Parts: sequence; structure tokens; C-alpha cells
Amino acid sequence: MTASADRGDRERLSFVGLFVDTIGALPSLLVPILAGLYGTRGTGIGALPVVAVILGFSLALRWLAWMRFHYQLGSDDIRIESGLFRRTARSIPYDRIADVSIEQPPLARLLSLAVVQFETGGGKGEEGVLRFVALADAERLRSVVRSRRDSSDLAASPAEAAADEQAPDLLFAMGPKRILTLGFYSFSLVAFAVLLGLAGKFDFLLPDLKLWVLTAEQQSAEVGTLSLARQIEAALAALAALTVLGIGTGLIRTALREWGFRLERTPKGLRRRRGMLTLTDVTIPLERVQAAEIATGPIRKRRGWHALALVTFGDKGDSKASQAVAPLARIEEIQPIMALTGIEPADAETRFARAHFGARLDWAVLRSLLFAGLGLGLAQVEQAYGWLMVLPITLMALRDWLRWNREWRATDRDQLFMQSGWWRQALLIARQVNVHSVSIARSPLERRRGLATVHFGLANCRMRFPAVPVAEALAIREQVLAQAAPVDFSQLGRSR
Amino acid sequence: MNDSADLTQLDPAFEKVLRLRGVALAALVLAVALSAEAFSMLPTGLFALPALALAVWLALISPPRRYRRWGYAFGPDRLRVVSGYLFYHDAVVPLGRIQHIDVDQGPILRRWGLAQLTVHTAGSHGASIVLPGLSMAQAETIREAIRQHIRQALD
Repeated sequence: MTASADRGDRERLSFVGLFVDTIGALPSLLVPILAGLYGTRGTGIGALPVVAVILGFSLALRWLAWMRFHYQLGSDDIRIESGLFRRTARSIPYDRIADVSIEQPPLARLLSLAVVQFETGGGKGEEGVLRFVALADAERLRSVVRSRRDSSDLAASPAEAAADEQAPDLLFAMGPKRILTLGFYSFSLVAFAVLLGLAGKFDFLLPDLKLWVLTAEQQSAEVGTLSLARQIEAALAALAALTVLGIGTGLIRTALREWGFRLERTPKGLRRRRGMLTLTDVTIPLERVQAAEIATGPIRKRRGWHALALVTFGDKGDSKASQAVAPLARIEEIQPIMALTGIEPADAETRFARAHFGARLDWAVLRSLLFAGLGLGLAQVEQAYGWLMVLPITLMALRDWLRWNREWRATDRDQLFMQSGWWRQALLIARQVNVHSVSIARSPLERRRGLATVHFGLANCRMRFPAVPVAEALAIREQVLAQAAPVDFSQLGRSR
Repeated sequence: MNDSADLTQLDPAFEKVLRLRGVALAALVLAVALSAEAFSMLPTGLFALPALALAVWLALISPPRRYRRWGYAFGPDRLRVVSGYLFYHDAVVPLGRIQHIDVDQGPILRRWGLAQLTVHTAGSHGASIVLPGLSMAQAETIREAIRQHIRQALD
């Protein structure tokens, strides 16, 4: 790998750190050591040589990796070269480094060593880790990175200071009644399935459903019609019991999570506090909001209930994919919060389009053929089994249709809209400028129909437009890139 | 798509790498199928014949086609990577959104003097875009150009 003239020296990690690292890895060596001891038992080879060989081998590998590991401070990036067989040279521009963290585990502290981690805006951590450099070097690295990075971060502070005086105003809150309502809606099919699974596992604890059914079946052999009624009765009783349990867990979980829900506007952003036993307090900086999701369901929609969540970007590892800012709210309550984020809801001029029906049909037909083939195979064994396949085919066709029916896409001047789901109906709205990459994918089926699927690379959320005519897909990509390409990552969240 | 005319092809040596990988995969498929033949009671050829067809496709038919359809375009403000023989994939990353850049070289790529460039973004879907089969010099040129771009964006 060539080095340009303006680079500093290629540096190695601390040699002492090599041993600290090996000691730190001892727990993971326990298994091979035990395996080694087990494998050599009765051969007359003592425990000591086995342990020594394994430790030596591990140390040797680490030493080779250490020999091949170099880092180098350039004029505008850090270069990290690593790898025994597969050589990787990673380049991290200073401007992309959000933070340099220095960590000192106990043993390393005794020896004045530190782990340096360069954090960039990327989703996963571990972007640049120097495991064990001398503490002095770590501090030098941090100051070099901080001085070389253009620190225009400071520009925002006077405005922030001025805004600090402003008292927080309440944007949204949920009282016990609202939380109770949300609890009722939170009865989910997933919870139901879990309960069903538990019912299967721990049915000895429940009222003896199986016995009911069994006795009903025995009676059915004897009495006929009456037993059918009994059977239905038993099934209904079971269903009712599980429904009550489902609603109960929904209520309890919701109350624990949402109790005392308050969303306030503070100078630093939106501040959300909630929780009954564990209180959480989260501040969402407004300039980091890149997308909003308005979700509802087939039942709560009739009552006019919606949920608003905001998707932020560039946070550290502890950030969740999206933050609920109004779990159960009227559209009129959601609008003012949305207005603060600068994300605009769809208006009369937003033209929504559906995924191409044919593309969905192709998949449905292909899958139905597969199941029909399976059915034919089963019919060889027993004719009735073959007909069983009719059920999944119809159910999946129904689900596909429901999904397709609820799937819409739209673009406006600077935003993307994706409506999806038939049970959880969510509308995701993202700013085009926050898209980090656009890719167009075409499966053989889509190609046959002149269609494509457009994927948008957004942090912490997924947005895609399936089965779009190719010309439109290309046009959408051009539009999004025209918005996103001129804005460098470091300017995102500051431009507003 | 008809706008693939302005794409740059990958290094010709990469076709050899693809062939080599195809042959290795085909050998694996054949080995599995033959052992299945040896242990199964089903009629002879039930595993071997489809496996043979698959192996021929993997080793001979697919690699040159995949190579021909692979290309990239390094524009003033974006990198585009197009690939896929059965499943077409066309990704574009604005240079200003690249977080960090990797240049990898495994033992096989090194044998042909090739390298693989990976750019990482902050997105969650398609976060990393991979451009394999560049000559080492090409990969480094592109990396330097991206670095330059990020540098300039801040001045």
C-alpha cells in the first residue's frame, strides 16, 4: 500500500498490549484448553505442556496479527492496515470522526495502556479500534484528530445558549385513560401466539382444555350433534381465556412503559419522559430527525387514533431505530409535533402510486404453483392431504392482496413517502437529503415486466419502492441524488 | 437499462478470479451430490444429473456473464456500481456520504494483483457498497479521489 509524502510514520500498537490482549482473551481460550486436556487424557502428556502449547499458539497468532497491524496519521485521514492473509487498508477521514473514545480496562490501566476507538456516523460501532496503545499516544491521537477535524461544530452554540432561557412547553402527554385505551389496542397477535405457545407447553396448568376436547370427542362418537356444540363451547372458552390474557398483558405492558408520558419542547430538542417502574428520559435533537412514521391499525383507525415516531440518525450505539413521540394521538395532536421537525405530511398534491400488480401476481402464481406441486406429491400418498394445500395457497393470496392494497409510494419536492402494511399501517416520510445511497434491484421476474425495486439507504429505517417501472425508478433516483449528493454528511442536520 | 454504456469494466484478470471461484463452488456441489448418490437408495442420477448441470452453469456459463455485467462509474460526486447476471443490482453512493473506505486484498486477489474497494455509509440498508476486481492501483486512485472529495466538501 503506497504512502503519500504527507503522511506520518506507520505506527504499531503497543507491544506490551499484545500480552494484555492475550490475558484478556484467556476466558475464550478456556474451551480449547479444556478440549486439549480432554483429548490428551491418559496419554501421559501433562496438563502444563497442553496449556503452554495452546497459550503459545494463541500468542503467536496475535503476534503475527500485531506485526501486520499498522496505523498512520495522514494529513486528512487515519489509515489502519490489518489482516494476516486478507489485507485490509481502512481509511477514515478526520471529518467523519464524530468522537474519539479512550477506554482503560483494569489491567491496561496498570500498564498505562488504552483502547482508542474512532466513532463515525456509521450504524455499527467497531469502525476503527486500536486495541492497546500507550496512554500518552492515545491522548496525542485524540488531540491530533480534534485539531485536524474542521471544528465548525462550535457555530451552533451561541444560538443554543440564547434558546436555553426559553421555558419548556408541553407538546403531548397521555393521561391514565389514554394509556388504558392504548393498552387495549396493544393486544397483539404476537402476544397471542406466544400465549398459545405457552398454552401448549404448560397446558397442565390451564383448565384442562384437552380433557374437554377429548371428552367431547368421545361423546361425539356416542351422541353426535350435541357433542359438536360441546366442542365449539370448549373451543370458545379456550379462545376467551386467551383473549383475556392477551388484553391483560397488553394493558400491563403498556402501562409499565407509557405511564406519565410527557413530550416537551426544550432548547435541545424534544424531551420525552415515560415509564412506571423504570423512568426513561430521552432528548431527541430536532436537527437529527431524518424521517417520521405515522402508524395506525385497521381498528384504531376507525377511532381516529395514530402513533407518531421519529427516526434519528448518527447517534451512538444505544440509539433505538425510532423514538415514539406520540404513541396514541389524534391527527390534530400529531401535526404540531411534525411541524417542529420540518417533515411535512402528505398534502392534496402528493400523488401516491401503487406497486405494479403484475409483479405481485407473478410471485403469487409462482408460489401457488410450488404449493400445488407439493399438494400433488402429497395426493400420491393420500388424496385428502393434497387438498390441504388449498388452504395456504388461498391464505397467502389473500395476504398478498391485502398487502398490495395497502402499499403506496410517493415523492414530492424533497421527501419520500412509503405506506405499507395492512395490520400495522405505517406511513414513513423521509427527507430525500438524508438518503445515503440509492440502489435499483431487478429480479428476473421484474425484468420481464420492465420493473425495478428502488432501495433507499437511510440510517435506522428501511425504505423501498417495490415494482416501479424502470423509467420512473431512474427518475426517482436522479431526483434523490440531486438533493443528496451536494450535501456532505458533515453538513446534515446543520443546514436547517 | 440502456445507460450502462458509460460504465468502466472491471480488470480483465477478475474474470479469471470469478472462473476460479466458480470451479471451486462447482467442485463442492459435485462432491456433495456424489456423496448423496453413494448413500441414497433413490434411483441413480437423481442427485448427480441436476448437480452436473448446476456445476457446468457455475463453472462455465455464469462467470463470464457475471464479469461482463459488472461495471462501475466514478462520477464527479458519486460512485456507481452495477452488477448481476440473473439479479441486476445498480447502486449509487454520493461521495459526500461515505464514512470510511476499505481496500482489501485476499490471497486469490493478490495472486492477480487485484483489490476490492468497499465504501461504508451511515445507512442501514445497503450500508456498504463493494467494488471487487480492481487493480490495486485503480483501487487506490479511487480511494484517494474519494478522500479528496470529502476534504474539499469541508473547505
